[in-house]
Amino acid sequence: MGLSSKTTDDTQVICVQCDRIDAAMAIQFKEDMRAETENEARRVILDLSSVEFIDSSGLGAIVASMKQLGDGRRLDLAGLHPVVEKVFRLTRMDTVFRLFASLDDALSAGST
Amino acid sequence: MPHNCEQDCVELSFPTIEAEASIGIARISDQLAAHGMPASRADDVKIALAEAINNVVEHAYAGMPPETVRINCQMCRESLEVQILDTGNPMPGFQPPDGTPPPIGNVRQDLPEGGFGWFMIHQLTSKIQYERHNGYNRLCLWFDFSEPS
Repeated sequence: MGLSSKTTDDTQVICVQCDRIDAAMAIQFKEDMRAETENEARRVILDLSSVEFIDSSGLGAIVASMKQLGDGRRLDLAGLHPVVEKVFRLTRMDTVFRLFASLDDALSAGST
Repeated sequence: MPHNCEQDCVELSFPTIEAEASIGIARISDQLAAHGMPASRADDVKIALAEAINNVVEHAYAGMPPETVRINCQMCRESLEVQILDTGNPMPGFQPPDGTPPPIGNVRQDLPEGGFGWFMIHQLTSKIQYERHNGYNRLCLWFDFSEPS
């Protein structure tokens, strides 16, 4: 479905190159995330700036992507469009993930 | 019908297949915007409709060959009514789920990966009505634009 990835030190940035993560592509997204995160980067930042819509299936796939990282590794989210952020807020998943307005914000905030 | 309403302003049918639903949902949102839906509520409507339509695709037609789902919208100055018609299986108990969200605890491996669809539909709509009639499911969702989201 189009993920690009770059790892610097302990941080891997995965950019979603797709305008929606919805029921039609949730399983593919989860599988692609599994393949992309087989390294040992402790912090993964998911750049969602190209994603203009997400539904509860897409949300579930992002949660699953974090769970398959295992403990000790974190998944942060960056560049959320307002509608994407709203889905996280409505479901209270904004309390589970750290959400950053932009990738730059996420990178400068560090992993702590 | 109040005189300031535009009936059947958006009508759309598409097969109950995920990829088709994905395109259909995007198209409904674009057409509603063209018919004057307030931009401030466009996201709410899009989220709720996506969940309702995905439910039809995933649950009403579970174990059945795909059919056609029909969407019909009536836009008024301060409200929107969306009717979703399908011929799939009826909702369990002939009523829409109450939308209790799954609990979010502190254990990562126990975090829910689903179960939020109806919860969001309830949060984003002002009224929900469901009826099963002559083999049809008819779900109506109302959005009140005079209420803040």
